[in-house]
Amino acid sequence: MRICIVGCGAVGSLFAANLAQLDDVEVWAYDLSQPHVDAINRDGLRLSGAGEVVGRLRATSDAAELPACDFGIVATKAMHTEPAISATAHAFADGAVATVQNGIGNEETLARHVQRVVRGTTFPAGRIVEPGHVQWDVKGDTTIGPFEPQPARMDEVERLADACTRAGMPTQALADARGAQWRKVIFNAATNPVGALTRLTHGRVCEREPLRRLVTGLVDEGKAVAGAQAIELDADPEELIDHAAKPEVAYDHKSSMLQDVEAGRPTEVDWLNGGIVRFGAEHGVPTPLNAAVWALVKGLEASWA
Amino acid sequence: MKLDSVCIVGAGAIGSLYAGHLARVCDVSVLARRPEHAWALEQDGLRVTGRNGDFKQRVRATHAVREIGQPDLVIVATKATGVETAASALAGCFEGVPVMTVQNGLGAEEIVAAHGDWPLVSAVTFMSGTRHSDTHVEYILDTPTWLGPYRGMSDEDVQSIADLLVAAGLKAEALPDLRPAQWSKLIFNATVNAVAALTGLSHDPHFAAEDRPDDLGRLVHGLVDEGKRVAAAAGVELHDDPWEMNVLATQRGSAHYPSMLEDVDARRPTEVDLITGALVREAERHGVEAPLHRAMWALVQGREASYA
Repeated sequence: MRICIVGCGAVGSLFAANLAQLDDVEVWAYDLSQPHVDAINRDGLRLSGAGEVVGRLRATSDAAELPACDFGIVATKAMHTEPAISATAHAFADGAVATVQNGIGNEETLARHVQRVVRGTTFPAGRIVEPGHVQWDVKGDTTIGPFEPQPARMDEVERLADACTRAGMPTQALADARGAQWRKVIFNAATNPVGALTRLTHGRVCEREPLRRLVTGLVDEGKAVAGAQAIELDADPEELIDHAAKPEVAYDHKSSMLQDVEAGRPTEVDWLNGGIVRFGAEHGVPTPLNAAVWALVKGLEASWA
Repeated sequence: MKLDSVCIVGAGAIGSLYAGHLARVCDVSVLARRPEHAWALEQDGLRVTGRNGDFKQRVRATHAVREIGQPDLVIVATKATGVETAASALAGCFEGVPVMTVQNGLGAEEIVAAHGDWPLVSAVTFMSGTRHSDTHVEYILDTPTWLGPYRGMSDEDVQSIADLLVAAGLKAEALPDLRPAQWSKLIFNATVNAVAALTGLSHDPHFAAEDRPDDLGRLVHGLVDEGKRVAAAAGVELHDDPWEMNVLATQRGSAHYPSMLEDVDARRPTEVDLITGALVREAERHGVEAPLHRAMWALVQGREASYA
């Protein structure tokens, strides 16, 4: 089986290096960072932290070098999905492509370029330490399932889940993977922009009653939009938010959106709050608070211009 | 009404603009919070540049209210957060002298009224300036001050004060009831200042753009509409439409740098509790919902908490 990781940043590297441990899987990685690509081809892709792994794989920044693949796993930041898949789509003419990205709307982008799409949500996290070396911060589960409007076959989804699980990335194949995806999107859309706009860590947001109330308002809108699509969340985002606020869990965590804001980088807000607003509009569910924080974060990005 | 001498309390940008201009037509004493600021004003006078040219005026200045002789008018020009301190300093002084408040938000008059039985004038001002030093202020926006009677003042007395401001080179308009103007400004400020503070944007064309779903003008419009519903519930008919005020302001060419953004950039406490907070409290009092302003209030307060 041949799998290509599209976007070999922190999360992509976790999949790439682990999958490369399997004898029956040939792993390719497509990434635009030439130093990262060169280091992977020279020394292998090294993970440290939650697991010590060195993966031997082929990396390239030239999509034309990619052979035909059975699977793609897209792990770019959401704003890079379109250019990444349009460059690599030829390699998946007979394959299925999964997304493990943040937010909603990535599947729709993939479906414009490839035939069979896999919806996915992943929780493991890490960060790039140097080219060819990724710190694996958090282990976690992945959930994948066919993307309903343009689905991959269920046997394909199960084959991919089996490979990931055997490689040490526990992955569940579900006929309906929307519950996990929307749980994560609602969690992120309710907490990330509030942290980014106030510059507060997750725990400090949650201990301020008016802000915690705003978070609940954002969650409720997300739940209503999920409900209008008959999506059953696999866990209550409110409980996850309170759990994460505990000192021993993620009290001091700065959301990735806050990290982006502090670094003056574009955020993924269009795929979080923007996605909730868009799906809300399609299903006639009002989402004024998500629209408000979406506009504020976009305004913040515009202020850097 | 005799208006030969005016005492300005607070020498920030707005207080300095009143002091420098009024000193051209009457005696002005400035009550400054910092002794060294008062000293610098006494020594160097007050320079005003910008819209009305470049001029310098002598003013009396002190940080001790007892050193000021009985004026004909007191203008409290501190930030909204400074009114309580300023009013308590005035307690027991200047019996019978009219006191005018010009703060953002609502409720400055009530705070002053609690410290003495002076006649009171309510005012809001749209003019803006930049303080370049303790003794130099630049007049940026020459938009008017609106004033109206609050307690124990006749319409004629309020008109005399407006005439004095106009004679000094400022724009002013006396109104029989200030509330419609005050609420127009309250809704405008609650909207524009909070959005600017959270986005880091000056009051530029983003605030009027509504084409795309994520355009900032949609949020601005939503905040204005919510504010208008609160005004209607409070029985206030607005003097100006805050949305039109917003659109006009963004078309002026040079974007205004709202004070709440200035405060956030300098990591200072903002006036959000007295502006957005005042609007949300009015909404509660009159039984209407204000979820967007409540969200903005929580976010700006959260941003203030991040300084520590």
